[in-house]
Amino acid sequence: MNSKETILANIKNANRPNITKLPNIDILHVEYEDKDEKFSQTLKSVGGVASWLENDSSIEEFIEKNYDDLGLIGTNLDLNITHIKPNDIDDPHALKDIDLAIIKGEFAVAENGAVWVKESDNTNRAIYFIAKKLLIIIEKNNIVNTMHEAYKKIKFEKSGFGLFISGPSKTADIEQALVIGAHGAMECRVLFV
Amino acid sequence: MSELGHPRLAQKFASDTKRMHWHDKALWFVREKRDVQTHSLDEWEELRECADKIKTHTLENLAFYLEEFERNTRENGIEVHWAKDADEHNKIVLDILQKHDASKLVKSKSMLTEECHLNPFLEKNGIEVVDTDLGERIVQLRHEAPSHIVLPAIHLKKEDVGKTFEEFLHTQKDNSDPTYLTRAAREHLREKFLGSDASLTGVNFAISETGGIVVCTNEGNADLGASLPKLHIACMGIEKIIPRLEDLAIFTRVLARSATGQPVTTYTTHYHEPQRDGEMHIVIVDNGRSKILANKKYLKSLQCIRCGACINTCPIYRRSGGYSYGYTIPGPIGSTLGASHDIKRNFTLPFACSLCASCTNVCPVKVDLHEQLYLHRQDVVDLGLLDKKKLQALKIATFFMQHPLLMDIGGKIARVVMPLLPRSIVYSKYNIWGKNRELPKFPKNSFKELYKKRKR
Ligand code: SF4
Repeated sequence: MNSKETILANIKNANRPNITKLPNIDILHVEYEDKDEKFSQTLKSVGGVASWLENDSSIEEFIEKNYDDLGLIGTNLDLNITHIKPNDIDDPHALKDIDLAIIKGEFAVAENGAVWVKESDNTNRAIYFIAKKLLIIIEKNNIVNTMHEAYKKIKFEKSGFGLFISGPSKTADIEQALVIGAHGAMECRVLFV
Repeated sequence: MSELGHPRLAQKFASDTKRMHWHDKALWFVREKRDVQTHSLDEWEELRECADKIKTHTLENLAFYLEEFERNTRENGIEVHWAKDADEHNKIVLDILQKHDASKLVKSKSMLTEECHLNPFLEKNGIEVVDTDLGERIVQLRHEAPSHIVLPAIHLKKEDVGKTFEEFLHTQKDNSDPTYLTRAAREHLREKFLGSDASLTGVNFAISETGGIVVCTNEGNADLGASLPKLHIACMGIEKIIPRLEDLAIFTRVLARSATGQPVTTYTTHYHEPQRDGEMHIVIVDNGRSKILANKKYLKSLQCIRCGACINTCPIYRRSGGYSYGYTIPGPIGSTLGASHDIKRNFTLPFACSLCASCTNVCPVKVDLHEQLYLHRQDVVDLGLLDKKKLQALKIATFFMQHPLLMDIGGKIARVVMPLLPRSIVYSKYNIWGKNRELPKFPKNSFKELYKKRKR
């Protein structure tokens, strides 16, 4: 028997009864009166910032206003600012000097400040983690209450990589002192447009 | 290390009283953060109920789900390997690395690879292994093991970390500012990430239905590792399986809240395919787990999602530190797993418990921790492993319990005599219990006497 067969045989020999059904996990869960407000608060509590683009303003204007002395920008979005496209680059190592990555989020989750990111056409995952700062763009009103609602919207048919990002990277490994900026982004902003 | 057993190692840790109290408080702080998060959700108990049921169901049908998982992951272009024990696991990893001529590995947190002692094995075979989680890197530089499964360096003060970084990363002398040290580690590890040939991560959840894995981190280290070099190896125990994608709704809601009191981890990353032009391998490991599966008494310990909540709340762990257990995983969950894996080696662990049941109360997947430890104690006695003094004491206790009249008389004498005895006798070196602890005041009457009086 090879190892797989041995392991499976051992598991079958353990002879567990088959009595417990998978539960229905559609349980009642919190709902927030003002999801924008809750998301904004929660994101702040995990070190991030949420902003809403004013109606007559553009993403480019927002960037100009909110980021000073910007270095290299990396984004696959069609923006009218100088940037490099991660998709044009073969070797992810070449992304190491990106200061600001601008990416697209699908929707936000009010209970935990997370944003679901799944850019099927992005071919360079490293962009999410390697940049110093992260700006996630989401369409206004795309906020769900909890992860229950979130996972109803998630599929892995077209592409296999996706992630929730909740604020900037962080650690508390030295004496439980929270430090923002571990290996990933040191700053994380979510912009609703 | 474990030859000494938990009591002796705990004594060593507790001998520095100030540090012990500091450790105790640091962990209690995490426990309190957890409470704030869990109390903010009305549905908390229902989430635990669901998590428990999903895990119970999965363990009842584990072979089915593992095979489904393998099929679906293969379809997604990910390679799957099976390892029946630690040796085989280590060889598989080495083999994959060698096939790719990879000699520099960046690793994110994985208790499984600690359990398998992967690092020393790879290093012996010429692979440079860098742990990239900050806490793990700290203990790796110090040639120590993690003292906690979520907070690997919780036993260290910032000054200790400062010294270590001074020596290895050439940071400023006597600078122990956490932000400064974290930045230094970020730079040091960035180089390691960029120079690596392969990455290895653990697995938080393996989804059978969709054939993918989920890795949760706050630092982004697993994620950065798995997106720079082309080769990604993920190692998981057979118990990491969950049936459906939607089950993650439950587990992502309870994991970080229980672990560190955050609403969710910073990154919850789902891998269902290798990166572009890359390769992804998953190693599924048994290493004694199927043996636990066959034991009704301890089966539920396989439901554990390694959040560490039971460790943070444990009054024994907080006061004895992770190393006192002498096992890869400390605290209540480590004590039951350690005893299940090798009771002869770990027979003191089930006694590192006051049966307060706080662990069972906080566990997000309802592992019956204190009950398991109680049952392990009986196994220890049945196997004749118990220390002679303790056995003698238990025998005496049993005798008195079986003779109520003698018990009453004994109690009466104790109530009269004990308060009259000088401290030097009561707190003599034979009274281990009395170290750092005071006896309560002896009441005039026993409970039984008071009860009788009331009834009259
Ligand atoms: S036994 Fe429960 S509380 Fe302890 S680490 Fe595992 S999941 Fe967390």
